[in-house]
Formats: sequence, structure tokens, C-alpha cells
Amino acid sequence: MTIIEETAGSPAPDASRDADRPLLEVRDLHVEFHTRDGIAKAVNGVNYSVDAGETLAVLGESGSGKSVTAQAIMGILDMPPGRIPQGEILFRGQDMLKMSGEERRKIRGNKIAMIFQDALSSLNPVLSVGYQLGEMFRVHQGLSKKEAKAKSIELMDRVKIPAAAARVNDYPHQFSGGMRQRIMIAMALALEPDLIIADEPTTALDVTVQAQVMDLLAELQREYHMGLILITHDLGVVADVADKIAVMYAGRIVETAPVHELYKRPAHPYTKGLLDSIPRLDQKGQELYAIKGLPPNLTRIPSGCAFNPRCPQAQDVCRTDVPPLFPVTERDGGALAGRGSACHFWKETIHG
Amino acid sequence: MPDKTIEKTVDALPGDTASTAGVVVTDSGPAPEKARSLWSDAWHDLRRNPLFLVSTVLIVFLLVMAIWPGLFTSASPRDADLAKHYLGKPNWSHFFAPDWFGYDVQGRSIYARVVYGARASITVGVGVTVAVTVLGTVIGMIAGYFGGWTDTLLSRLTDIFLGIPFLLGALVILNSFDDRTVMVVIMALAFLGWTQIARVARGAVITVKQADYVVAAKALGASTSRIMFRHILPNAVAPIIVVATIALGGYIAAEATLSFLGVGLGDTAVSWGGDVARGREQLRIAPHTLIVPSVMVSITVLSFLMFGDAVRNALDPKLR
Amino acid sequence: MAEPEKTSEAVDATPNVARVETVDAATEEQAVAAIDAPVERGEPILQVRNLVKHFPLTQGILLKRQVGAVKAVDGISFDLYQGETLGIVGESGCGKSTVAKLLMMLEKATAGEVFYKGQDITKLSGRALKAVRRNIQMVFQDPYTSLNPRMTVGDIIGETFEIHPEVAPKGDRRRRVQELLDVVGLNPEYINRYPHQFSGGQRQRIGIARGLALNPEIIICDEPVSALDVSVQAQVINLMEKLQDEFNLSYLFIAHDLSIVRHISDRVGVMYLGKMAEIGTDTQIYDHPTHPYTQALLSAVPVPDPEAREGRERIILTGDVPSPANPPSGCRFRTRCWKAQDKCAQEVPLLAVPERFKTSDSPAAHESACHFAEEKDVVHAA
Repeated sequence: MTIIEETAGSPAPDASRDADRPLLEVRDLHVEFHTRDGIAKAVNGVNYSVDAGETLAVLGESGSGKSVTAQAIMGILDMPPGRIPQGEILFRGQDMLKMSGEERRKIRGNKIAMIFQDALSSLNPVLSVGYQLGEMFRVHQGLSKKEAKAKSIELMDRVKIPAAAARVNDYPHQFSGGMRQRIMIAMALALEPDLIIADEPTTALDVTVQAQVMDLLAELQREYHMGLILITHDLGVVADVADKIAVMYAGRIVETAPVHELYKRPAHPYTKGLLDSIPRLDQKGQELYAIKGLPPNLTRIPSGCAFNPRCPQAQDVCRTDVPPLFPVTERDGGALAGRGSACHFWKETIHG
Repeated sequence: MPDKTIEKTVDALPGDTASTAGVVVTDSGPAPEKARSLWSDAWHDLRRNPLFLVSTVLIVFLLVMAIWPGLFTSASPRDADLAKHYLGKPNWSHFFAPDWFGYDVQGRSIYARVVYGARASITVGVGVTVAVTVLGTVIGMIAGYFGGWTDTLLSRLTDIFLGIPFLLGALVILNSFDDRTVMVVIMALAFLGWTQIARVARGAVITVKQADYVVAAKALGASTSRIMFRHILPNAVAPIIVVATIALGGYIAAEATLSFLGVGLGDTAVSWGGDVARGREQLRIAPHTLIVPSVMVSITVLSFLMFGDAVRNALDPKLR
Repeated sequence: MAEPEKTSEAVDATPNVARVETVDAATEEQAVAAIDAPVERGEPILQVRNLVKHFPLTQGILLKRQVGAVKAVDGISFDLYQGETLGIVGESGCGKSTVAKLLMMLEKATAGEVFYKGQDITKLSGRALKAVRRNIQMVFQDPYTSLNPRMTVGDIIGETFEIHPEVAPKGDRRRRVQELLDVVGLNPEYINRYPHQFSGGQRQRIGIARGLALNPEIIICDEPVSALDVSVQAQVINLMEKLQDEFNLSYLFIAHDLSIVRHISDRVGVMYLGKMAEIGTDTQIYDHPTHPYTQALLSAVPVPDPEAREGRERIILTGDVPSPANPPSGCRFRTRCWKAQDKCAQEVPLLAVPERFKTSDSPAAHESACHFAEEKDVVHAA
């Protein structure tokens, strides 16, 4: 349950499950894009890890680097313009960035799968859903057409698509948005991966359908004991399913915490601001707290703490020194497992 | 066309008054400020595209030749000196001299004819393109904007014209004219050629018409002409320009073809196509009479095609 | 022009809304005068009665033949009072955006009336229509597509004055535009910049400035913050609330985000498949919902508080929203409703205060279109 050991050096590995390394570990990852306006530093030293059966939510706004990190893990970054100047992505202890293209492809298909936000554009419109699902089995497991089809129906059943046998030959456009997202999930599950990366899987869906899909994802994750990285901007969705949260801002992780802790006692002014700025469903509030200003331009990230121009607590030190991810403790110094905050004034933020 | 100021100001946008700090805009993805003005982006691409640079140099050269042929040669394309007939082989080292490319059947300087022939080809090419663009855009815009019956009618009309084989149609039409001036040829080709632009314009207008800013203008009570000319046309013009520039080369080739077939510009006109046709008869004895004008046609068509390609890549990166 | 008899009949069919006091304008001048007349705070300014919009489904290219209709809006009625915010929530395809388009007269209603200060604007034309357009403005969802990329900010906002020249004299327009930019929290010096030079939040401010330019009385906001980042949403919401007080505006706030709608709205209407399922004050709807769809919708909203979450009951609906081209008979929600009975398939439930709550003065006594309406708190932890 640690995401912070690299920078913060807080040794709190929850080593009960197995003595092995975490399923996936990202270490000091940097990603930059060469654009006309200069180098956009999309990811600037991200560390996190996920264990089997664990859900890590990566929370951030657009441009925070949350999706770019995932693309780097999957090896689907456009390079160029993208570049990974430093960092390691360890899958079961092996650095995927040092692997050959062939080795990576094997892991990508069999061990790590990804679910995208827009299911309609991720599915091929001219091939039937059954064919696209079956392709996974034909290519990776060498099954016959008939066997593959049977497997497809089984998968569609598993993601609770009604009348799977009858709909297996339908085309993507014949399914509703929620059903298409289920098909995407089925495709991701097809080869029973160890890790699923879901990038805003429910953002495009309606609230009532969103709940169905998130429930399904959580249920399947438990069943297969998979690791899940859930990338989202929605604080509500995260609260529902995550075990631990990493909040990203301007390409860095600014706060990590177990899910309950984060909402109860945020230790970074950005997280705090975000939580205060969303209206509540269960009560009528007064004026919303608004974080002033705008997210930074990634080609010109402010010096020191990237959040300093928007931060109500900013001091001189925030404008000069980049805060590392400090381990967050209780007021009396008692350890708080898995908590970290990249704020010079985390004590003031969490303990008031 | 390219608006440098737009490109520059992106760099210096201070935070708005709600933000005290100098943080700058970025809302999406790893490439900040990618939503820049179309033209400044296109210009940025074009400047770095060797295809564009080469074709632009060639086109400028051809345009100068078409406008001021006297700059390139002192000889006249119509002065026939039968003494030079057949004997006038090219002197490849006599740059820019009347006998550079030799003489034709009637003893006229091929170099001079090539220089003076540029005007006919380029006038027809540019003229047809302009006519086709105006006609096609108007028809496409009306069809796309009003939709319904108007669209059905105009679209069927477009289909009918599209069904006429271009060269055959031009042959038939031009054959019925005795005095085939540049204007006649332009009109004939434009009459047959507007369909492609009309289709592109219609498609672009339909896309733009649904944009929220058009809806916003309607909600304000803006008049149809304001919506068409202030909101739709400026945003639909890019694909039209792309198709038009690419088509230009084709019209120059078409003019040459028609002249070759004897239904292009009249016999007295100086045109590459006509010279190719006449040169054909001396292919065995004096191949240069055929080759030189043919090469000129090819270079010109190629230049415009390359130019059109470069513009397309710059304006419409998705097509790449 | 308007027919009071017919209107009162309509009101009887939908008892939730008050009788419309129509204005009979004989001439265009009278109509314009009535449109420009002020309305007291708390009086109805916009009254929608049995509004219907069906989009025909056609087949064939040359001879189009109607083969059906998408019933996007199928008979809805509500009032908007001067100075209030009425929130409209619902999932995609429920018709909420079509309502916005109908009120903006961007689509022609198939049937029904929209009374603005007592005049049916669906029947207006010419100067009277233009006067209405001046008084009802819109803020769009997508700040990236709602501003013409080829026009400067000054032109975008200034265009409103070109279309309605009577609002600002020519020499005054530039100053007015700069004032408006200042009002929405943008630097007035940005007047010559193009939309692409701004971030999403800033663009939405420009869109709001355009909406304010003509001093309208009503602003229809169609998902105005759903395309913005969370940290920017709050800025825009606060700005809208500030402007409402400052300029005495009435908002029709259409959104799918129930938390934001509760925050900004005085009253809320819940739409499902082209019909209004339930309407009431924010407390009535959020804390005392009686329609099962509202309850399911509210319970499905992820709450950014894991502890509050665990105590809440969650109703997970099965299936998807049926196609509006072929809606279920009777109650439209019955195919996904856990309470559905035979009656629901046969009788269309009217939007009215349910019989059992009629005499009570509890907050559950508000209009709900369900045969088996009962109160259920799904928002607060048990």
C-alpha cells in the first residue's frame, strides 16, 4: 500500500500478501512533448505502484498528466512528439521501458489491458462485436473461429450484456453507450490480464448507467483479483471504488492517501480546494469555494511548487523550492500509512 | 493570409483578472495551445515543407513568365523563318537564346513559343479555378445551408453534371464554338467542373452549420446573410481552397489536352497544347518540337499539384 | 392572438401550473411594448404549456416519407419566475436540450405554447420576435465550439449590437464590450484576441459576456460548466450567481450534474424521455423525492465522501433509456422501474401533487408524475 517510498522514503510496504514486488511500479517517470511552443513537460517524476487486487485512482484535471502516465505504461504514447527522458515502469519487477518491442507487446496484450473513455471510437464499426472479441482468442490463443465465438458469448454474458448469444453478431453502433463500454470491458478481460488501466471509463455515460458500469468493473476486479488503475477527474467516482488515491497536478503527484483519509483530511491545498469547490448533493451550500486562476501551461510550469500561483497558502519558499512528497504523519508524529503530500505546509493543511 | 500576430500573441497571454498570477491557458492534453488559428498553423507547416517551397518558386516563375513574357525572350512566338524549318535543332547551351530549344516546322523559335504559351495555360488554369470555386461554393453553400428540397434539387443537379465525362463534355461543347477564345475555354471547363467544389462546399457548410457559434448567432436573431458570410463561409473555406488548388493543375492539363485534340484554343493562339499537337507530326524528324512543350505542361501541372498537396497537408492534417 | 380559453383547458390537464394571463397585442408596437414591460420579482416571466417537439423520421431520398417520429419533448409544462433559477436535470436523450432550443426558437415546436410575459412567442414574428430574442439569451455547453474561431472577442460580443443596434449606439459599442469583459472577470484589453488564445473557463466567460450584452431578462444555460475542469467550474458557477443578483436575471439551468443543479437552483424539474417526471423546490426534489426515477438518479450520483456514501441506499437501474422514437406506453419509466404494475403500462401518470400528499404540508407534496409516488430519501446517509 505504498506509492511514496521512492521520494519520501517512508517504508510502509504492506507485505502481507506476498513478499514479491508490487504488480506494477512506476518510478520517477518523466514524459515530455516537443511542441512548437517548446517542450511541454507532461509528467515530471511520477511514482506509484499497484498490487494485485488493488484499485489505485489517479485523480487530476485535464493536463495533469494522468492519462499520459497511463499511455506511457501501455506503451501507446506517440513518440515523437512524446519522449521519456527518464524513469522506470516495472511490471513484476521488470522494467518495461528497457524491453524489446516484442516483449512489451506480449505484456500489453496478455498482462495489461486498457479501457478507454470513448467506447464507440475504440471499436471497429465495420466488424461485429463477436468478431472483435473473438479476435483476442484467435490471435493470442490460436482458437478456432467457432471456439472463439463461444468464448465471446461467454465474455458478453460475464459483463452482463442481455441476450449475449443473440447479440454476438451485432455491430458496435447497435449497442447503447453503456453496453459498448461493457464490450470494451469484455475485451480488456478477454485474456484475463493482471492489470487493467481504465481511463475515464464512465465519463461519457449517464449517471444511472455509470453506476452499473463501475459496479461491474469493481465486481470483476474482485473476481479476477486484478490490479486496477482508475484514471478520472471525478472525485465522486473515486470515492466509490478506489482503495488509494494519487492526486496529480502539472505532471506530479501532489498527494497520496487511502481513499477515506483523503476526503476526511486532505493534506495538500490543491486537493482541499478541489473538495471544497464541488457542490454537495445532500445539502444546499453557500457560495462555492473556487480555486483561483488556471492550470499551468505545461511548457512554462511555475518554478517551485507548480500550484503556488493558485494557492492561498503560498509563501516565498513555494516559489523557489519544489516540494518533495513528504510523508504525512499525525500531529504527534504517528505514522499514517500510505499518505504523502507534496506541500511545504502539509502540516498546516492537514492539522489546521 | 497567414496571420503572424495570432501566432505570436499566444506566447504572451497573462492570466485573467480572476487569476492573480501569470499562469497561462492550457486545458487539454500534453500539447498546450494546440487550438491555434488555422492559418497561422498552416503557414507554420508550409514554411518548413520543401515541397511547398519548390512548387512556390516554380509557380512564381511561371506566373512571371505568363505576365511578362518579354522578360525571358526578345524573340516573337509568331515570327516564322522558314529557313530554319527542320534545320533548327536545339542548341542546349544557348541559354535563353531563341534557338535554345530549336525551331518548329514553320521555323518559329520553340523557346519563344514556350515562354509565350505560359500565359494561355495559366490563364485558363487560374480562370477555370476561380470560376469553378465561385460557382461551386455558391451552389454548395446554398444546398448545404438551406437543406431540404433546395438541397435535394441542387445535389441531384450536381450528380447529373458529375455524370458527364469531363473531357468528352468539353469536347462536345467546345466543338460547337468556332471562335474558341480563352474566355470560351474557361467557361466551358467551369461549366463542367464546378461539381467537385460544390460537393466539398456543401459538406463543409453542413458541418459548420451545426457548430454552436452558428446556433448562437441564430439565437441572437442574426440574418441569413450574416450567418452565411460572417460565420459559415470563413470557417468552411479551408477545404474549398484545398480542392481548388489541387484541381488547378488538372485544368491546365485539360486545356493542353483539348488544344492537342484541336478543340482547345484557336489555331492562332500560342498554347503548349497546340504546340504538342503540331509537334506530334514531326515526332520522328524533330522530336524536340513535341518534347519541349510537353515537358512545360508536365512541370506546370506538377508544380500546382505539389502546391495543392502542400496546402492540403497544412490546412487539413487529418487527410495525411 | 393567444386564446385564453384553450390555455385554461391546458392548465386543467396539468394542474401543477397556474393559469396564464395572456396579453392580447393587436399591433406589433403593442406586442413589443408588452415584451419590454418589466415583470415583478417572483411573478412568472416564462410559462411553458404542453410543449411538444417531434422530429420526423423519414425514409427515401427524393420523396421523403415519414416513418415515425423521435418524441424528443412530449408535452411538458412549467413556469419560470422572475429572478429565480429553474434547474432541469435528466440523462442524455431526455429532451432537456431540445427544450432549450425550443425556448430559444431555434426549433419550431410541434405543438404547445411558450408564453413570455403573457404572449405566445411561438407565434411571434418580425420585430416582436426580435424583441423576445433580445430578452432571452443562451449560454452554450461547449466553450470551444460556441465561439466563432475566425472572430475576435470584440467582434463576437460586439456582433450582438450589430444585430440589435438599438441597444448600443455605434460609437459606444467598443466601450460596452470592454465593460462586459470586465463584468465577467476578463481583462478588457483582451478585446482583440481570438478565442483559441483562451482556456475553456475563460471562453465560457466570453460566452456569458455575449449572453449579457443585450441586458436580457432570461438566460438559458445548456450545460454551461460540464465541459470545464472541476477547479474552473466553481469559478464559473460563482460568476453566474453573482451576475444573477447584479442584473436581476432568471436562469433556466439545464444540466446533468445533479450536485451543481442543486447548488444553483431554486426549483428543479426532472425530465425523463421527453416528459417531466417531477418538479419542485430543491429541498422537495433532493431531500423528499417521490418519483422513482428521481430517486434512482439521485442515488446513483457518486458522492465525493466515502463515508456518506456507505450509509446511502443505492438503486441501480437495469437496462438503458428506451429510444424516444418508440417510448413505452403509459408511464415512460416503467420499463426500468421496480414498482411498475399493470396500471403503469396503461395510464400515463399526470404531473400533479400525488393524491396521498394533497392534504399534507410536508415537502413531499409537490408535483410528481407517478401512480405510486412515495417519499424516499436517497441522498442522506441512513
